[in-house]
Amino acid sequence: MKDSARLTRREFMVKSFTAISTVYIIPDLIPKAVASKPLDAEVSAKTEWAINVDVTKCVDGCTACVDACVDENGLYGFDRPETDSQWIRKLQIKDIRTEQVTTLPMMCQHCENPPCVDVCPTGASFRREDGIVMVNQHTCIGCRYCMMACPFKARSFVHENLTEQVTSSPRGKGCVESCNLCVNRIDHGSETTACEEACMKEGHNAITFGDLANPDSRVSLAIKTKPSRRLREDLKLKQRVTYSGF
Amino acid sequence: MDKITFTKFIINPKMFWSNFFLLGFFILLGFACSHYMELEGHYVTGMNNQIVWGLPHIFAVLLIVIASGVLNIASISSVFDKKLYKPLAPLSALLAISFLIAGLVILVLDLGRPNRLIVAMTTYNFKSIFSWNIFLYSGFTVVLAAYMWTMLDREVNKYSKFMGTFAFGWRIILTTGTGSIFGFLVAREAYSTAILAPLFIVMSLLYGTAVYYLILRLISKFHDTYITTDILDNLKKLSVMFLFANLYFLGLYHVTNMYIAKHLDFEIFILSSGGIYTISFWVGQVFIGIILPIIILSSNKLCTHLALTTSSILILIGSFIAMYVIIIGGQAYPLTIFPDHIIIDSSFFDNVVHSYIPSVYEFGLGIGGIALALIIVLVGIANFKFLPTMISSLHKKQAAEKSSDS
Repeated sequence: MKDSARLTRREFMVKSFTAISTVYIIPDLIPKAVASKPLDAEVSAKTEWAINVDVTKCVDGCTACVDACVDENGLYGFDRPETDSQWIRKLQIKDIRTEQVTTLPMMCQHCENPPCVDVCPTGASFRREDGIVMVNQHTCIGCRYCMMACPFKARSFVHENLTEQVTSSPRGKGCVESCNLCVNRIDHGSETTACEEACMKEGHNAITFGDLANPDSRVSLAIKTKPSRRLREDLKLKQRVTYSGF
Repeated sequence: MDKITFTKFIINPKMFWSNFFLLGFFILLGFACSHYMELEGHYVTGMNNQIVWGLPHIFAVLLIVIASGVLNIASISSVFDKKLYKPLAPLSALLAISFLIAGLVILVLDLGRPNRLIVAMTTYNFKSIFSWNIFLYSGFTVVLAAYMWTMLDREVNKYSKFMGTFAFGWRIILTTGTGSIFGFLVAREAYSTAILAPLFIVMSLLYGTAVYYLILRLISKFHDTYITTDILDNLKKLSVMFLFANLYFLGLYHVTNMYIAKHLDFEIFILSSGGIYTISFWVGQVFIGIILPIIILSSNKLCTHLALTTSSILILIGSFIAMYVIIIGGQAYPLTIFPDHIIIDSSFFDNVVHSYIPSVYEFGLGIGGIALALIIVLVGIANFKFLPTMISSLHKKQAAEKSSDS
């Protein structure tokens, strides 16, 4: 008869393995289980990500959105402004007739008819169902045709070896890149982009991000309260980034 | 009566190998330059986020345009049944294939990720003219190879007219595709017009004829090649016709741009206030590349050979400058993001005419590409019977060689 007080070798092995699994594997599974919900959810056209910029609230000299984008995506440059990547930049423009000076952020305009997607030979430049225009870093061959095609100079080419990459935003030398509306954050359930968050933190609230399909979202409300326009409307690209106040 | 036959390039082995190694050296240099650019990244070149296509693209597009145009001689013979050009046709197809391969190699080696060529060859976006061009370029090499076969092998010679017509159609579409790379860019004032496609076709006819003549002339210095005065006179007439066609389409392109209100500022830039680009346009593209060759070819003071040689060299200098004006000048002019505003401050150079100083690596890659085209031609004519020669003169030569041996 079996002695219940003593473990057989097999029972010892099974129990030890279970104990080790409990200690090492399960804690790893928990955060993944939490994150897997939005990541597993299919991207659909029911969501229409968009940004509205109220230029009357954008402050001259403030670069909070640019700095936040650099930190979020690890866009640390090499002090070579002509070749360093810029996903978002601040511009100062003057109206030809009224001479009114305006400052605003400029980034990928996430067109519904994106010329960069049309010209990309490999389909690396693509538009998701939810409206985010981005580059597949695995299939971009670095031909830069999309940069030639973009009317807003929104794209950058990675000109040199990268050292301080951020795991959430993979980049690669020889590929083209641009603003992807903080896709990694959004897919993990966040409701704000780094630039919007920084702008809100500064108290300016010039950048508003959200889902256009939801009439109560921040961006929908922003567009309802103030007339907005797209840049280069003559090109009929139907950008998801709109500007109000100029 | 003298008969025409095709022979290999009979050249002193010492001269062959010295040329082979010289060209080989430039090819290796080109590869080394490209390797360095890939290793360090494109910041070592003159290209940047403003001028994204630079010197390698000037070389590559020019070589591809020449590749299409150089086939002109074969097309005239096969498609338009002009017997005069028949002896010159096989060499024309060889030159086309060589220049096309060279242009494509430059284009691939300048990619940010040339190691992903397999992605470009297997993943297509058929909305992109670039994708179509991958098919058109690789297909053209196959069509040319088949065309050469029908011309050189007597058993399949009966198909040469069909293949010639097919290749002619293919290259017209190919050059349309090359011009459309620029023509389909709606955001840039310099491009965004379909006229660029026919402009590129007439450019290809002119540049291709010039290259063909110069290479034939070079070969004939070492090899008794069949070039009659009839051919020379005809080439001269053709060149003048292509020069006028270029002038016409160039004029039409600029007048069209001036007529489109939103392109007017760019026209003012390129035609009068663009500094180096304006000078390059008027002096290089128009005067050296078109007007001067027209004057030389129309004047009777120079002998036909000298007139054709000088004008062909000028046409090629002009062709390089024309590509510079189209590719670099078109990008240098800043984008109009705000039509009703002036950009007064930007960290991304939105408000300035962009500058471009090419690096030695880009130049090395381009020269390597030209060397690659020439080495293919050299090896091709030395191993296959591409060169038209009069049988009587061949006999004389063989007889002379025999007597010298004995």
